[in-house]
Amino acid sequence: MCLAIPGKIVELIDGQNQVGIVEVTGVRRKVQLGLLEDDMPKVGDWVLIHVGFAMSKISERDAEEQMRLLTALGEVEQAMEEVRGYGLENSADRAGPVELNGKRYA
Amino acid sequence: MQYVDEFRDPDLITKASQEIRRLADPARHYRIMEVCGGHTHAIYRFGLKDILPSNIELIHGPGCPVCVLPMGRIDDGLAIAQDPNVIFAAFGDMMRVPGAHGSPLEHKARGTDVRIVYSPADALELARKYPEKEVIFFAIGFETTAPSTALTLMAAKAEGIANFSVFCNHVTIVPAIRAILDSPDMRLDGFIGPGHVSTVIGCRPYEWIARNEAKPVVTSGFEPLDLLQSIVMLLRQLQAGEARVENQYKRVVPWEGNSAALKAMAEVFELRPYFEWRGLGFISQSALRIREKYAAWDSEQRYVVPETRVTDPKAAQCGEVLKGVLKPAQCKLFGKECTPEHPIGALMVSSEGSCAAYYNYEYRKSMVARVSSVA
Repeated sequence: MCLAIPGKIVELIDGQNQVGIVEVTGVRRKVQLGLLEDDMPKVGDWVLIHVGFAMSKISERDAEEQMRLLTALGEVEQAMEEVRGYGLENSADRAGPVELNGKRYA
Repeated sequence: MQYVDEFRDPDLITKASQEIRRLADPARHYRIMEVCGGHTHAIYRFGLKDILPSNIELIHGPGCPVCVLPMGRIDDGLAIAQDPNVIFAAFGDMMRVPGAHGSPLEHKARGTDVRIVYSPADALELARKYPEKEVIFFAIGFETTAPSTALTLMAAKAEGIANFSVFCNHVTIVPAIRAILDSPDMRLDGFIGPGHVSTVIGCRPYEWIARNEAKPVVTSGFEPLDLLQSIVMLLRQLQAGEARVENQYKRVVPWEGNSAALKAMAEVFELRPYFEWRGLGFISQSALRIREKYAAWDSEQRYVVPETRVTDPKAAQCGEVLKGVLKPAQCKLFGKECTPEHPIGALMVSSEGSCAAYYNYEYRKSMVARVSSVA
């Protein structure tokens, strides 16, 4: 939850209020952009994401460093689990077992 | 510092650590609190303690939202979730946190409809998808996550989604710092201010600490070099007899914060008169509740909440550790009854809790050293 995940805006969704698609190490997911309404990101911009909401714009270099930091802290797997979870296609919508930190819970 | 070479600018790291040694007065003992749990994790992970001179002591602060949530709130949320029509949605970080009658995961195993979500927006999506169910989002976090909950509630209201509500446990960092400064057994020289919280609130909310308490605050990034530079900035102020708020993490933290996020929070939340913090007790105006105009989306208004209060196990000394009075390993249960695999207190559950961080890096390391010296 406290992870700041760097992602690149690859698409702004037409007709949906303040929603964009980000790419995080090859995985594409929907994120909310409402917290950046004063300075809306464009396609190609890098952002830091907290709980599915882009919170700040950052440089590409800082995005790379943030990814290295998550790697060093052993939190990349958790971050990618979080990213894959945005948009419900993965875990939240399942009534069955859930996976958490690589472990399965019934 | 076994991990520093993975990072950029190893030369700068060496320079910063030399500068710290030059600035630190050998006749003084410095006690610096890193407020944020993310900083605690990074400090242990990078072994920063090993390169700081022994008279600079880092005290771990209360900035781990999972750790400061009193157990009774988890039980309250899970009590509402017993209604078979309810879907209880929470972040993964909450899932293993023990309540008096089990963690959310254990409740799930017993048949409660508990779901992990990674975003409040996804909890709202569940409500859209299951209009016949009631979706409760168990919201936790400091100002880093509160704006996202606020925007989600604004969307629920705008769309008129009636089967969604938020059980709000959002807390604010500044009153917790105040409570720690007011605590008679605590002597601190300065603060490493939180990084991501400051992205939202900016640096102004810390100015009273400098002005009224005469203690410097430096908001900091999370890399080893960030933390060392922040310590240099604190020591420079202490040497000069100054107390100001400085921003080391300018690449992410604007001085004035994020105005859209602050606006959303002000629209949806107001301060609670008081709120209980695990380990710190009741702190006035330290948490957020949902404003009356959003009452229809406030779980505490919509459901009967038992208002459970649970006393922590007596032997566990989470409170003292949380306040920085005890080091994790000084708790009687540390590494014995209480481990990351079987946590008794929340400080052992979250990777940002100081007990888990200490256990995973320092304690395991010393165990390995002991085993290999025997071999």
